[in-house]
Amino acid sequence: MGAIGTEARPAQAMAPPPDWVLVVEDLGKRFDTPDGAVTAVDGVSFGVRKGEFLSVIGPSGCGKTTVFNIVGGLEPGYQGRVRIGGEEVRGPHKSIGMVFQEESTFPWRTVLENVSFPLEVAGVARAERHQRARRFISLVGLAGFENRYPSELSGGMRQRVAIARTLAFEPTILLMDEPFAALDEQTRLILGDKVLQIQQELAQTTLLITHNITEAVQLSDRIVVMTFRPGRVKRIVEIDLPRPRTSEIVGSEAFGRYVAQVWNDLREEATRGMAESEIGALSRRP
Amino acid sequence: MAAGERALGAAGAVAFGIAVIAAATAAVEGLLRIGLLNRYIVPLPSEVLASFPRIVVEENILAPFVVTCKECLYAMLLVAVFGILTGTLLHRFVALRAATETWVAALASAPIALMYPLFLVLFGRSATTVVAMGLIAGLPPAILKTVEGLGGTRRVLINVGRSFNLTAGQMFAKILLPAALPNIFVGLRLGLIFCLINIVGVEFMINFGGLGHVINELAERYDLPGTYAAIGFVILVSILFLILTERIERCLQPGT
Repeated sequence: MGAIGTEARPAQAMAPPPDWVLVVEDLGKRFDTPDGAVTAVDGVSFGVRKGEFLSVIGPSGCGKTTVFNIVGGLEPGYQGRVRIGGEEVRGPHKSIGMVFQEESTFPWRTVLENVSFPLEVAGVARAERHQRARRFISLVGLAGFENRYPSELSGGMRQRVAIARTLAFEPTILLMDEPFAALDEQTRLILGDKVLQIQQELAQTTLLITHNITEAVQLSDRIVVMTFRPGRVKRIVEIDLPRPRTSEIVGSEAFGRYVAQVWNDLREEATRGMAESEIGALSRRP
Repeated sequence: MAAGERALGAAGAVAFGIAVIAAATAAVEGLLRIGLLNRYIVPLPSEVLASFPRIVVEENILAPFVVTCKECLYAMLLVAVFGILTGTLLHRFVALRAATETWVAALASAPIALMYPLFLVLFGRSATTVVAMGLIAGLPPAILKTVEGLGGTRRVLINVGRSFNLTAGQMFAKILLPAALPNIFVGLRLGLIFCLINIVGVEFMINFGGLGHVINELAERYDLPGTYAAIGFVILVSILFLILTERIERCLQPGT
Protein backbone atom coordinates (compact mmCIF):
# COMPACT_ATOMS: atom_id res chain seq x y z
CA MET A 1 0.00 0.00 0.00
CA GLY A 2 1.16 3.49 -0.67
CA ALA A 3 3.57 2.51 -3.42
CA ILE A 4 4.41 5.16 -6.06
CA GLY A 5 1.98 7.72 -4.77
CA THR A 6 -0.91 5.32 -4.45
CA GLU A 7 -3.49 6.19 -1.87
CA ALA A 8 -5.53 3.21 -0.98
CA ARG A 9 -8.02 3.58 1.80
CA PRO A 10 -10.86 1.54 3.20
CA ALA A 11 -14.43 2.44 2.25
CA GLN A 12 -16.10 4.82 4.64
CA ALA A 13 -19.27 6.88 4.89
CA MET A 14 -18.89 10.00 2.79
CA ALA A 15 -20.30 13.49 2.99
CA PRO A 16 -20.36 14.39 -0.71
CA PRO A 17 -17.87 17.12 -1.63
CA PRO A 18 -19.26 19.83 -3.94
CA ASP A 19 -17.24 18.70 -7.00
CA TRP A 20 -18.90 15.26 -7.08
CA VAL A 21 -21.37 15.12 -9.91
CA LEU A 22 -22.51 11.60 -9.13
CA VAL A 23 -23.04 10.35 -5.60
CA VAL A 24 -23.97 6.78 -4.80
CA GLU A 25 -25.05 6.37 -1.20
CA ASP A 26 -25.52 3.16 0.71
CA LEU A 27 -26.89 1.15 -2.24
CA GLY A 28 -28.47 -2.17 -1.46
CA LYS A 29 -30.29 -4.63 -3.67
CA ARG A 30 -31.73 -8.09 -3.03
CA PHE A 31 -32.97 -10.51 -5.66
CA ASP A 32 -35.40 -13.33 -5.05
CA THR A 33 -34.11 -16.50 -6.65
CA PRO A 34 -35.36 -20.12 -6.57
CA ASP A 35 -32.58 -20.78 -4.02
CA GLY A 36 -33.78 -17.94 -1.79
CA ALA A 37 -33.09 -14.22 -1.51
CA VAL A 38 -29.64 -13.10 -2.66
CA THR A 39 -28.14 -9.80 -1.57
CA ALA A 40 -26.35 -8.58 -4.67
CA VAL A 41 -24.98 -5.33 -3.25
CA ASP A 42 -25.00 -3.94 0.24
CA GLY A 43 -24.04 -0.51 1.52
CA VAL A 44 -22.19 0.57 -1.64
CA SER A 45 -21.16 4.21 -1.51
CA PHE A 46 -18.85 6.26 -3.71
CA GLY A 47 -18.79 9.49 -5.64
CA VAL A 48 -17.49 10.62 -9.01
CA ARG A 49 -15.87 14.02 -9.49
CA LYS A 50 -16.50 16.19 -12.52
CA GLY A 51 -14.24 15.07 -15.36
CA GLU A 52 -13.01 12.05 -13.41
CA PHE A 53 -12.62 8.51 -14.76
CA LEU A 54 -13.70 6.11 -12.05
CA SER A 55 -13.80 2.35 -12.42
CA VAL A 56 -15.69 -0.17 -10.33
CA ILE A 57 -13.93 -3.52 -10.31
CA GLY A 58 -14.77 -6.78 -8.67
CA PRO A 59 -15.01 -10.53 -9.24
CA SER A 60 -17.88 -12.07 -11.21
CA GLY A 61 -21.04 -12.04 -9.13
CA CYS A 62 -20.09 -9.04 -6.97
CA GLY A 63 -23.01 -6.95 -8.22
CA LYS A 64 -21.12 -4.64 -10.60
CA THR A 65 -23.82 -4.80 -13.24
CA THR A 66 -26.46 -4.27 -10.55
CA VAL A 67 -24.66 -1.04 -9.59
CA PHE A 68 -24.54 -0.09 -13.29
CA ASN A 69 -28.26 -0.72 -13.71
CA ILE A 70 -29.19 1.16 -10.54
CA VAL A 71 -27.06 4.20 -11.40
CA GLY A 72 -28.45 4.13 -14.95
CA GLY A 73 -31.99 4.02 -13.59
CA LEU A 74 -32.80 0.63 -15.11
CA GLU A 75 -33.11 -1.30 -11.84
CA PRO A 76 -36.06 -0.49 -9.61
CA GLY A 77 -36.61 -1.54 -6.00
CA TYR A 78 -33.26 -0.81 -4.36
CA GLN A 79 -32.17 0.75 -1.11
CA GLY A 80 -30.02 3.85 -0.84
CA ARG A 81 -29.77 6.86 -3.09
CA VAL A 82 -28.25 7.94 -6.38
CA ARG A 83 -27.78 11.67 -6.76
CA ILE A 84 -26.72 13.54 -9.87
CA GLY A 85 -25.72 17.14 -9.33
CA GLY A 86 -27.44 17.02 -5.95
CA GLU A 87 -30.73 15.75 -7.42
CA GLU A 88 -31.91 12.30 -6.37
CA VAL A 89 -32.82 10.16 -9.38
CA ARG A 90 -34.95 7.01 -9.48
CA GLY A 91 -35.02 6.23 -13.18
CA PRO A 92 -33.18 6.89 -16.45
CA HIS A 93 -31.80 10.42 -16.35
CA LYS A 94 -30.85 12.77 -19.18
CA SER A 95 -27.47 13.37 -17.53
CA ILE A 96 -26.44 9.72 -17.83
CA GLY A 97 -25.46 8.00 -21.05
CA MET A 98 -25.05 4.24 -20.93
CA VAL A 99 -22.80 1.91 -22.93
CA PHE A 100 -23.70 -1.73 -22.48
CA GLN A 101 -21.60 -4.87 -22.32
CA GLU A 102 -23.62 -6.65 -25.02
CA GLU A 103 -23.61 -5.61 -28.64
CA SER A 104 -26.23 -2.88 -28.69
CA THR A 105 -26.13 -1.18 -32.08
CA PHE A 106 -29.33 -1.24 -34.09
CA PRO A 107 -28.65 -3.63 -37.00
CA TRP A 108 -31.25 -1.96 -39.23
CA ARG A 109 -29.54 1.45 -39.00
CA THR A 110 -26.32 2.64 -40.58
CA VAL A 111 -23.49 3.92 -38.41
CA LEU A 112 -24.67 7.49 -39.02
CA GLU A 113 -28.27 6.61 -38.20
CA ASN A 114 -27.19 4.71 -35.09
CA VAL A 115 -25.09 7.58 -33.77
CA SER A 116 -27.72 10.20 -34.56
CA PHE A 117 -30.43 8.10 -32.86
CA PRO A 118 -30.56 9.99 -29.53
CA LEU A 119 -30.69 13.28 -31.42
CA GLU A 120 -33.49 11.93 -33.63
CA VAL A 121 -35.64 11.00 -30.63
CA ALA A 122 -34.88 14.40 -29.12
CA GLY A 123 -36.37 16.01 -32.24
CA VAL A 124 -33.16 17.53 -33.64
CA ALA A 125 -33.48 18.38 -37.35
CA ARG A 126 -32.00 15.82 -39.74
CA ALA A 127 -29.19 17.99 -41.12
CA GLU A 128 -28.08 19.14 -37.70
CA ARG A 129 -28.21 15.71 -36.10
CA HIS A 130 -26.20 14.21 -38.93
CA GLN A 131 -23.62 16.97 -38.61
CA ARG A 132 -23.34 16.40 -34.86
CA ALA A 133 -23.28 12.64 -35.29
CA ARG A 134 -20.42 12.88 -37.79
CA ARG A 135 -18.32 14.67 -35.16
CA PHE A 136 -18.71 11.78 -32.72
CA ILE A 137 -18.17 9.19 -35.44
CA SER A 138 -14.91 10.93 -36.25
CA LEU A 139 -14.05 11.11 -32.55
CA VAL A 140 -14.26 7.32 -32.19
CA GLY A 141 -12.20 6.89 -35.37
CA LEU A 142 -14.95 5.65 -37.68
CA ALA A 143 -14.95 8.46 -40.25
CA GLY A 144 -15.64 6.92 -43.65
CA PHE A 145 -17.88 4.22 -42.20
CA GLU A 146 -20.98 6.42 -41.82
CA ASN A 147 -23.05 4.49 -44.35
CA ARG A 148 -22.02 1.01 -43.25
CA TYR A 149 -24.36 -1.27 -41.32
CA PRO A 150 -23.27 -2.93 -38.06
CA SER A 151 -23.20 -6.30 -39.81
CA GLU A 152 -20.38 -4.94 -41.98
CA LEU A 153 -18.25 -3.93 -38.97
CA SER A 154 -16.03 -5.78 -36.51
CA GLY A 155 -17.02 -6.21 -32.86
CA GLY A 156 -14.66 -3.42 -31.77
CA MET A 157 -16.04 -1.04 -34.39
CA ARG A 158 -19.61 -1.79 -33.33
CA GLN A 159 -18.73 -1.04 -29.73
CA ARG A 160 -17.23 2.27 -30.86
CA VAL A 161 -20.51 3.02 -32.66
CA ALA A 162 -22.33 2.37 -29.38
CA ILE A 163 -19.93 4.69 -27.55
CA ALA A 164 -20.35 7.41 -30.20
CA ARG A 165 -24.13 7.05 -30.00
CA THR A 166 -24.03 7.54 -26.24
CA LEU A 167 -21.65 10.50 -26.57
CA ALA A 168 -24.03 12.09 -29.09
CA PHE A 169 -26.58 12.12 -26.28
CA GLU A 170 -24.09 14.53 -24.64
CA PRO A 171 -24.43 13.06 -21.17
CA THR A 172 -22.87 14.65 -18.10
CA ILE A 173 -21.80 11.20 -16.97
CA LEU A 174 -20.78 8.36 -19.27
CA LEU A 175 -21.63 5.02 -17.69
CA MET A 176 -20.03 1.94 -19.25
CA ASP A 177 -20.57 -1.70 -18.31
CA GLU A 178 -17.61 -3.82 -19.45
CA PRO A 179 -17.84 -2.37 -22.95
CA PHE A 180 -14.80 -4.30 -24.19
CA ALA A 181 -15.54 -7.61 -22.47
CA ALA A 182 -16.27 -9.43 -25.72
CA LEU A 183 -13.14 -8.17 -27.48
CA ASP A 184 -9.66 -9.63 -27.73
CA GLU A 185 -6.88 -8.17 -25.57
CA GLN A 186 -5.16 -6.19 -28.34
CA THR A 187 -8.40 -4.57 -29.52
CA ARG A 188 -9.26 -3.91 -25.89
CA LEU A 189 -6.00 -2.01 -25.33
CA ILE A 190 -6.39 0.00 -28.53
CA LEU A 191 -9.99 0.85 -27.71
CA GLY A 192 -8.86 1.76 -24.21
CA ASP A 193 -6.56 4.31 -25.86
CA LYS A 194 -9.48 5.63 -27.86
CA VAL A 195 -11.66 5.94 -24.76
CA LEU A 196 -8.84 7.73 -22.92
CA GLN A 197 -8.40 10.12 -25.82
CA ILE A 198 -12.13 10.88 -25.94
CA GLN A 199 -12.43 11.21 -22.20
CA GLN A 200 -9.51 13.63 -22.10
CA GLU A 201 -10.72 15.61 -25.12
CA LEU A 202 -14.27 16.01 -23.82
CA ALA A 203 -13.31 16.07 -20.10
CA GLN A 204 -16.05 13.47 -19.89
CA THR A 205 -16.97 12.26 -16.42
CA THR A 206 -16.91 8.48 -16.78
CA LEU A 207 -17.92 5.54 -14.61
CA LEU A 208 -16.62 2.23 -15.92
CA ILE A 209 -17.76 -1.14 -14.62
CA THR A 210 -15.15 -3.79 -15.35
CA HIS A 211 -13.55 -6.99 -14.14
CA ASN A 212 -10.36 -6.32 -16.07
CA ILE A 213 -7.57 -4.97 -13.84
CA THR A 214 -5.34 -3.80 -16.70
CA GLU A 215 -8.19 -1.88 -18.27
CA ALA A 216 -9.17 -0.31 -14.95
CA VAL A 217 -5.62 0.86 -14.16
CA GLN A 218 -4.99 2.04 -17.74
CA LEU A 219 -8.08 4.23 -17.81
CA SER A 220 -8.91 5.32 -14.29
CA ASP A 221 -8.21 8.13 -11.88
CA ARG A 222 -9.64 5.99 -9.09
CA ILE A 223 -10.71 2.39 -8.80
CA VAL A 224 -13.47 1.16 -6.50
CA VAL A 225 -12.66 -2.45 -5.56
CA MET A 226 -15.69 -4.51 -4.59
CA THR A 227 -16.01 -7.63 -2.49
CA PHE A 228 -17.66 -10.83 -3.68
CA ARG A 229 -21.35 -11.22 -2.88
CA PRO A 230 -22.80 -9.27 -1.26
CA GLY A 231 -20.95 -6.58 -3.17
CA ARG A 232 -19.49 -3.99 -0.85
CA VAL A 233 -16.78 -1.38 -1.37
CA LYS A 234 -13.58 -3.02 -0.15
CA ARG A 235 -11.18 -0.23 -1.06
CA ILE A 236 -10.87 2.84 -3.25
CA VAL A 237 -7.50 3.08 -4.99
CA GLU A 238 -6.16 6.36 -6.38
CA ILE A 239 -4.25 5.81 -9.65
CA ASP A 240 -1.55 8.43 -9.77
CA LEU A 241 -0.30 7.84 -13.30
CA PRO A 242 0.47 10.79 -15.59
CA ARG A 243 -2.14 12.12 -18.02
CA PRO A 244 -2.59 12.24 -20.94
CA ARG A 245 -2.12 8.49 -21.01
CA THR A 246 -1.92 5.96 -23.79
CA SER A 247 -1.71 2.18 -23.79
CA GLU A 248 2.10 2.57 -23.63
CA ILE A 249 1.63 3.12 -19.91
CA VAL A 250 0.85 -0.59 -19.65
CA GLY A 251 4.57 -1.33 -19.98
CA SER A 252 5.65 0.96 -17.13
CA GLU A 253 6.83 -0.25 -13.75
CA ALA A 254 4.35 1.97 -11.91
CA PHE A 255 1.51 0.45 -13.91
CA GLY A 256 2.61 -3.03 -12.95
CA ARG A 257 2.63 -2.09 -9.28
CA TYR A 258 -0.90 -0.74 -9.44
CA VAL A 259 -2.07 -3.88 -11.20
CA ALA A 260 -0.42 -5.99 -8.50
CA GLN A 261 -1.96 -3.91 -5.78
CA VAL A 262 -5.49 -4.14 -7.19
CA TRP A 263 -5.00 -7.86 -7.77
CA ASN A 264 -3.96 -8.30 -4.14
CA ASP A 265 -7.28 -6.74 -3.14
CA LEU A 266 -9.23 -8.79 -5.64
CA ARG A 267 -7.56 -12.17 -5.27
CA GLU A 268 -9.24 -13.11 -2.03
CA GLU A 269 -12.65 -12.06 -3.39
CA ALA A 270 -12.18 -13.86 -6.70
CA THR A 271 -11.11 -17.04 -4.87
CA ARG A 272 -14.14 -16.84 -2.60
CA GLY A 273 -16.39 -16.24 -5.60
CA MET A 274 -14.97 -19.24 -7.45
CA ALA A 275 -15.33 -21.48 -4.39
CA GLU A 276 -18.95 -20.43 -3.85
CA SER A 277 -19.75 -20.98 -7.52
CA GLU A 278 -18.33 -24.51 -7.34
CA ILE A 279 -20.25 -25.29 -4.16
CA GLY A 280 -23.42 -23.92 -5.79
CA ALA A 281 -22.86 -26.04 -8.90
CA LEU A 282 -22.27 -29.17 -6.79
CA SER A 283 -25.37 -28.61 -4.69
CA ARG A 284 -27.49 -28.26 -7.84
CA ARG A 285 -26.33 -31.60 -9.26
CA PRO A 286 -29.11 -34.19 -9.31
CA MET B 1 -14.24 -9.86 -55.46
CA ALA B 2 -16.50 -10.79 -52.55
CA ALA B 3 -19.48 -9.19 -54.30
CA GLY B 4 -18.61 -11.11 -57.45
CA GLU B 5 -18.40 -14.36 -55.50
CA ARG B 6 -21.73 -13.62 -53.85
CA ALA B 7 -23.36 -12.91 -57.25
CA LEU B 8 -21.86 -16.12 -58.63
CA GLY B 9 -23.13 -18.00 -55.59
CA ALA B 10 -26.63 -16.57 -56.00
CA ALA B 11 -26.66 -17.38 -59.73
CA GLY B 12 -25.42 -20.87 -58.94
CA ALA B 13 -28.23 -21.36 -56.42
CA VAL B 14 -30.84 -20.26 -58.95
CA ALA B 15 -29.32 -22.54 -61.60
CA PHE B 16 -29.28 -25.43 -59.13
CA GLY B 17 -32.93 -24.80 -58.23
CA ILE B 18 -33.95 -24.82 -61.88
CA ALA B 19 -31.91 -27.97 -62.48
CA VAL B 20 -33.66 -29.74 -59.58
CA ILE B 21 -37.10 -28.81 -60.94
CA ALA B 22 -36.08 -29.89 -64.46
CA ALA B 23 -34.76 -33.20 -63.14
CA ALA B 24 -37.93 -33.86 -61.11
CA THR B 25 -40.08 -32.99 -64.13
CA ALA B 26 -38.01 -35.28 -66.36
CA ALA B 27 -38.34 -38.07 -63.78
CA VAL B 28 -42.14 -37.72 -63.68
CA GLU B 29 -42.22 -37.64 -67.49
CA GLY B 30 -40.15 -40.83 -67.59
CA LEU B 31 -42.29 -42.60 -64.98
CA LEU B 32 -45.44 -41.69 -66.91
CA ARG B 33 -44.00 -42.82 -70.22
CA ILE B 34 -42.92 -46.21 -68.89
CA GLY B 35 -46.33 -46.61 -67.25
CA LEU B 36 -45.34 -46.52 -63.57
CA LEU B 37 -47.61 -43.49 -63.12
CA ASN B 38 -51.13 -43.32 -64.52
CA ARG B 39 -51.47 -40.85 -67.40
CA TYR B 40 -55.22 -40.54 -66.74
CA ILE B 41 -54.51 -39.06 -63.30
CA VAL B 42 -51.20 -37.26 -63.88
CA PRO B 43 -50.68 -35.57 -67.24
CA LEU B 44 -47.30 -35.62 -68.98
CA PRO B 45 -45.25 -32.59 -67.85
CA SER B 46 -44.45 -31.94 -71.53
CA GLU B 47 -48.20 -31.69 -72.20
CA VAL B 48 -48.63 -29.36 -69.21
CA LEU B 49 -45.89 -27.11 -70.53
CA ALA B 50 -47.43 -27.17 -74.00
CA SER B 51 -50.82 -26.16 -72.61
CA PHE B 52 -49.54 -22.90 -71.03
CA PRO B 53 -49.92 -20.86 -74.26
CA ARG B 54 -53.24 -22.58 -74.93
CA ILE B 55 -54.85 -21.58 -71.63
CA VAL B 56 -53.49 -18.05 -72.01
CA VAL B 57 -55.22 -17.74 -75.40
CA GLU B 58 -58.29 -19.96 -75.05
CA GLU B 59 -59.09 -19.48 -71.36
CA ASN B 60 -57.85 -15.89 -71.23
CA ILE B 61 -56.17 -16.85 -67.96
CA LEU B 62 -54.40 -13.53 -67.48
CA ALA B 63 -57.68 -11.88 -66.41
CA PRO B 64 -58.43 -14.41 -63.62
CA PHE B 65 -54.71 -14.31 -62.74
CA VAL B 66 -55.06 -10.56 -62.11
CA VAL B 67 -58.28 -11.15 -60.12
CA THR B 68 -56.55 -13.65 -57.83
CA CYS B 69 -53.53 -11.34 -57.49
CA LYS B 70 -55.80 -8.46 -56.48
CA GLU B 71 -57.72 -10.58 -53.97
CA CYS B 72 -54.46 -11.84 -52.55
CA LEU B 73 -53.05 -8.31 -52.33
CA TYR B 74 -56.11 -6.97 -50.48
CA ALA B 75 -56.17 -9.96 -48.15
CA MET B 76 -52.44 -9.63 -47.44
CA LEU B 77 -52.72 -5.91 -46.73
CA LEU B 78 -55.50 -6.69 -44.25
CA VAL B 79 -53.47 -9.56 -42.79
CA ALA B 80 -50.53 -7.17 -42.30
CA VAL B 81 -52.65 -4.46 -40.65
CA PHE B 82 -54.79 -6.66 -38.42
CA GLY B 83 -52.09 -9.26 -37.79
CA ILE B 84 -49.49 -6.76 -36.59
CA LEU B 85 -52.07 -4.78 -34.65
CA THR B 86 -53.49 -7.85 -32.91
CA GLY B 87 -50.02 -9.26 -32.29
CA THR B 88 -48.97 -5.95 -30.72
CA LEU B 89 -52.02 -5.98 -28.45
CA LEU B 90 -51.33 -9.56 -27.38
CA HIS B 91 -47.70 -8.63 -26.69
CA ARG B 92 -48.73 -5.57 -24.71
CA PHE B 93 -51.45 -7.20 -22.59
CA VAL B 94 -50.12 -10.38 -21.03
CA ALA B 95 -53.51 -11.51 -19.71
CA LEU B 96 -55.06 -11.13 -23.15
CA ARG B 97 -52.23 -13.16 -24.65
CA ALA B 98 -52.59 -15.91 -22.05
CA ALA B 99 -56.32 -16.03 -22.74
CA THR B 100 -56.20 -16.15 -26.54
CA GLU B 101 -52.81 -17.27 -27.88
CA THR B 102 -53.70 -20.97 -27.89
CA TRP B 103 -56.95 -20.26 -29.72
CA VAL B 104 -55.15 -18.19 -32.33
CA ALA B 105 -52.67 -21.03 -32.86
CA ALA B 106 -55.54 -23.53 -33.11
CA LEU B 107 -57.19 -21.35 -35.75
CA ALA B 108 -54.12 -21.82 -37.97
CA SER B 109 -54.83 -25.54 -38.32
CA ALA B 110 -58.61 -25.21 -38.71
CA PRO B 111 -60.06 -26.04 -42.18
CA ILE B 112 -61.31 -22.51 -42.67
CA ALA B 113 -62.11 -23.05 -46.36
CA LEU B 114 -65.01 -25.26 -45.27
CA MET B 115 -66.61 -22.28 -43.54
CA TYR B 116 -67.39 -20.70 -46.90
CA PRO B 117 -71.21 -21.06 -46.54
CA LEU B 118 -71.09 -18.82 -43.48
CA PHE B 119 -69.07 -16.20 -45.38
CA LEU B 120 -71.46 -16.48 -48.35
CA VAL B 121 -74.31 -15.64 -45.99
CA LEU B 122 -72.36 -12.72 -44.54
CA PHE B 123 -70.89 -11.20 -47.70
CA GLY B 124 -72.76 -12.86 -50.58
CA ARG B 125 -71.12 -14.48 -53.64
CA SER B 126 -68.54 -11.76 -54.05
CA ALA B 127 -64.85 -10.95 -53.94
CA THR B 128 -65.40 -9.77 -50.36
CA THR B 129 -66.10 -13.36 -49.32
CA VAL B 130 -62.92 -14.55 -51.01
CA VAL B 131 -60.81 -11.79 -49.42
CA ALA B 132 -62.40 -12.30 -46.00
CA MET B 133 -61.62 -16.00 -46.06
CA GLY B 134 -58.08 -15.29 -47.18
CA LEU B 135 -57.75 -12.81 -44.32
CA ILE B 136 -59.02 -15.23 -41.68
CA ALA B 137 -56.66 -17.94 -42.92
CA GLY B 138 -53.63 -15.63 -43.07
CA LEU B 139 -54.09 -13.95 -39.70
CA PRO B 140 -52.90 -16.62 -37.21
CA PRO B 141 -49.27 -16.86 -38.37
CA ALA B 142 -49.03 -13.08 -38.72
CA ILE B 143 -50.34 -12.60 -35.18
CA LEU B 144 -48.23 -15.33 -33.61
CA LYS B 145 -44.98 -14.27 -35.29
CA THR B 146 -45.62 -10.62 -34.36
CA VAL B 147 -46.02 -11.64 -30.72
CA GLU B 148 -42.87 -13.75 -30.97
CA GLY B 149 -40.90 -10.98 -32.66
CA LEU B 150 -41.88 -8.26 -30.23
CA GLY B 151 -41.30 -10.55 -27.24
CA GLY B 152 -37.95 -11.64 -28.62
CA THR B 153 -36.49 -8.14 -28.85
CA ARG B 154 -33.07 -8.23 -27.22
CA ARG B 155 -33.19 -6.81 -23.70
CA VAL B 156 -30.11 -4.66 -24.35
CA LEU B 157 -31.86 -2.82 -27.22
CA ILE B 158 -34.79 -2.05 -24.93
CA ASN B 159 -32.35 -0.84 -22.28
CA VAL B 160 -30.68 1.42 -24.86
CA GLY B 161 -34.10 2.94 -25.53
CA ARG B 162 -34.80 3.33 -21.83
CA SER B 163 -31.41 4.96 -21.27
CA PHE B 164 -32.33 7.56 -23.92
CA ASN B 165 -35.66 8.22 -22.16
CA LEU B 166 -37.79 7.03 -25.07
CA THR B 167 -41.55 7.35 -24.71
CA ALA B 168 -43.64 4.17 -25.05
CA GLY B 169 -44.55 5.19 -28.61
CA GLN B 170 -40.94 5.86 -29.56
CA MET B 171 -39.87 2.59 -27.99
CA PHE B 172 -42.38 0.72 -30.12
CA ALA B 173 -41.78 2.56 -33.38
CA LYS B 174 -38.01 2.87 -33.20
CA ILE B 175 -36.90 -0.28 -31.40
CA LEU B 176 -39.54 -2.97 -30.82
CA LEU B 177 -41.10 -2.90 -34.28
CA PRO B 178 -37.85 -2.77 -36.29
CA ALA B 179 -36.35 -5.50 -34.13
CA ALA B 180 -39.44 -7.66 -34.64
CA LEU B 181 -39.64 -7.12 -38.41
CA PRO B 182 -37.75 -10.27 -39.46
CA ASN B 183 -40.19 -12.39 -37.42
CA ILE B 184 -43.17 -10.38 -38.61
CA PHE B 185 -42.19 -10.99 -42.23
CA VAL B 186 -41.85 -14.71 -41.57
CA GLY B 187 -45.42 -14.55 -40.25
CA LEU B 188 -46.59 -12.61 -43.29
CA ARG B 189 -45.00 -15.09 -45.67
CA LEU B 190 -46.62 -18.01 -43.84
CA GLY B 191 -49.87 -16.03 -43.81
CA LEU B 192 -49.54 -15.52 -47.55
CA ILE B 193 -49.39 -19.28 -48.09
CA PHE B 194 -52.53 -19.96 -46.01
CA CYS B 195 -54.20 -16.94 -47.56
CA LEU B 196 -53.56 -18.02 -51.16
CA ILE B 197 -54.63 -21.62 -50.52
CA ASN B 198 -57.93 -20.38 -49.12
CA ILE B 199 -58.49 -17.76 -51.80
CA VAL B 200 -58.01 -20.26 -54.64
CA GLY B 201 -59.96 -22.88 -52.68
CA VAL B 202 -62.95 -20.58 -52.20
CA GLU B 203 -62.80 -19.39 -55.83
CA PHE B 204 -62.87 -23.07 -56.78
CA MET B 205 -65.85 -23.86 -54.52
CA ILE B 206 -68.07 -20.85 -55.19
CA ASN B 207 -67.10 -20.52 -58.87
CA PHE B 208 -66.55 -16.81 -58.52
CA GLY B 209 -63.79 -15.71 -60.92
CA GLY B 210 -60.07 -16.00 -60.32
CA LEU B 211 -57.71 -18.88 -60.91
CA GLY B 212 -59.73 -21.22 -58.68
CA HIS B 213 -62.71 -20.80 -60.98
CA VAL B 214 -60.57 -21.54 -64.07
CA ILE B 215 -59.07 -24.63 -62.40
CA ASN B 216 -62.58 -25.82 -61.56
CA GLU B 217 -63.80 -25.37 -65.14
CA LEU B 218 -60.75 -27.11 -66.64
CA ALA B 219 -61.09 -29.99 -64.17
CA GLU B 220 -64.79 -30.31 -64.97
CA ARG B 221 -63.81 -30.68 -68.64
CA TYR B 222 -61.16 -33.23 -67.63
CA ASP B 223 -58.51 -31.07 -69.26
CA LEU B 224 -55.75 -32.31 -66.99
CA PRO B 225 -52.78 -30.58 -68.71
CA GLY B 226 -54.76 -27.30 -68.66
CA THR B 227 -55.69 -27.81 -64.99
CA TYR B 228 -52.06 -28.36 -63.99
CA ALA B 229 -50.96 -25.38 -66.10
CA ALA B 230 -53.56 -23.23 -64.31
CA ILE B 231 -52.17 -24.49 -60.98
CA GLY B 232 -48.80 -23.30 -62.33
CA PHE B 233 -50.28 -19.79 -62.45
CA VAL B 234 -51.29 -20.12 -58.76
CA ILE B 235 -47.67 -20.97 -57.99
CA LEU B 236 -46.67 -17.89 -59.99
CA VAL B 237 -48.93 -15.72 -57.78
CA SER B 238 -47.25 -17.22 -54.72
CA ILE B 239 -43.76 -16.57 -56.12
CA LEU B 240 -44.65 -12.97 -57.02
CA PHE B 241 -45.94 -12.26 -53.53
CA LEU B 242 -42.99 -13.95 -51.84
CA ILE B 243 -40.61 -11.84 -53.94
CA LEU B 244 -42.66 -8.73 -53.10
CA THR B 245 -42.54 -9.39 -49.33
CA GLU B 246 -38.79 -10.08 -49.52
CA ARG B 247 -38.23 -6.79 -51.36
CA ILE B 248 -40.31 -4.86 -48.84
CA GLU B 249 -38.44 -6.50 -45.97
CA ARG B 250 -35.10 -5.64 -47.54
CA CYS B 251 -36.22 -2.03 -47.98
CA LEU B 252 -37.32 -1.81 -44.35
CA GLN B 253 -34.33 -3.71 -42.97
CA PRO B 254 -31.45 -2.89 -45.30
CA GLY B 255 -28.67 -3.85 -42.90
CA THR B 256 -29.92 -7.25 -41.87
